[in-house]
Amino acid sequence: MTDLLIIPIIKMLVIFGVCLFFVAYTTWIERKALGHFQLRYGPMRVGYHGLLQPLADAVKNFFKEEVVPDNADRAVFLMAPVISISFAVMLLAVIPFGPAMTIFGKRIDLYLANPSIGILFILGLATIGSYGTILGGWSSGNKYGYMGGLRASAMIISYELSLAFAVLSIIMVTGSFSLVDMVAAQQHFWDWNIFREPVAFLVFMISGIAELNRTPFDMPEAESELCCGYNIEYSSMKFSLFFLAEYTHLFVFASLVTTLFLGGWHGPVLPGLVWFFVKTFAVIFVCIWIRATIPRLRYDKVMKLEWKFLLPVALANVIATGVVVALLG
Amino acid sequence: MLAVYLPILYMIILALLFGAGTVFLSHLLGPARPFKVKTQSYECGIPSEGAHYAQTPVKFYVTALLFLVFDLECVFLYPWAVYYRRLGAFGLAEMLIFLLILVVSYVYVWKKGALEWD
Repeated sequence: MTDLLIIPIIKMLVIFGVCLFFVAYTTWIERKALGHFQLRYGPMRVGYHGLLQPLADAVKNFFKEEVVPDNADRAVFLMAPVISISFAVMLLAVIPFGPAMTIFGKRIDLYLANPSIGILFILGLATIGSYGTILGGWSSGNKYGYMGGLRASAMIISYELSLAFAVLSIIMVTGSFSLVDMVAAQQHFWDWNIFREPVAFLVFMISGIAELNRTPFDMPEAESELCCGYNIEYSSMKFSLFFLAEYTHLFVFASLVTTLFLGGWHGPVLPGLVWFFVKTFAVIFVCIWIRATIPRLRYDKVMKLEWKFLLPVALANVIATGVVVALLG
Repeated sequence: MLAVYLPILYMIILALLFGAGTVFLSHLLGPARPFKVKTQSYECGIPSEGAHYAQTPVKFYVTALLFLVFDLECVFLYPWAVYYRRLGAFGLAEMLIFLLILVVSYVYVWKKGALEWD
């Protein structure tokens, strides 16, 4: 009873609360960092250096009027943000945050579940989450929204390929789908997959940023061309949920990079949990840095980059990994 | 065995409740004063004309089909990758034959111009 019901539910609530807190503050970090990149302060008014800004945004959005356009498909319109956020939150279930701890004499693993198909679970559900974007754009009854949703779907499924092939080479090195096994295989600094599979790391980073619809690949939003794209007709908390989902995906992506390539929770001196979050936020900061540095690409160039460059590179990397692993035995 | 997946089920329930609950709560808390102009679709002030899904470039269908082909190959490679270390040189040869077929179709698609977007 305790092992099957109470402990998992407590763990789930803790993981959910802590991660949502970090996700909310990722929006603050992003706005603050972008502000300083552009030689301004970013949010300053609510709390010390705008520290209460995420809270203020949430409260404000709860009390805003929600407008449903006349020619929207009402049911799908309401469902899209729920799909977006739910399938993003579900991903938190399999991420290993740290080594096992002993609390009240009981051994507690710092992850909710360790299924033998961990990475497949994440790849599958992350793609279902993009249905939220597509359905949201389609059901708004708006030309910009439709265009944004369409571009998003084509881009997300395209970059899914190179992402999957990059993960494939990591699976070949590790020999397991389980994220916990992958972390266990990178115990020492020189064992980190970023050194064994540098090409896969670069492909994973680029396609991951594209999957997240972040600049330089923010095709579905493209403020200056599509007036915000798929979420153009959304208001109040439904609008916020899309953004929360986007940042949850960013958090999950950063923790995946940490788990697959940067040795997960392993590190000297500090406890594992601290190392995990240090690495995760370092990756998030790199994503923000890229957003502040590189302008948006043209749509045909985005597709060209994937189909004519990243996909063959990722395929060649899989073959090279196969040959090296076979030669080394 | 299935007990491993039980926490995931809890998480799925929590996630769905969180999403639906937030939308419902903001529906309760927010005001609702719709009128004709407010609920029109937003198109920079000009009255909207025609259906929103009128024209869809055929390129998107081609991309979806190509994705299906390559993703299916990828799905077949995943179980092979897990067992690769145990398969050794035999596994490598099998994979090279399999990928050769993929590369042939890839070159064909490229030559046909299906990857062009302009």
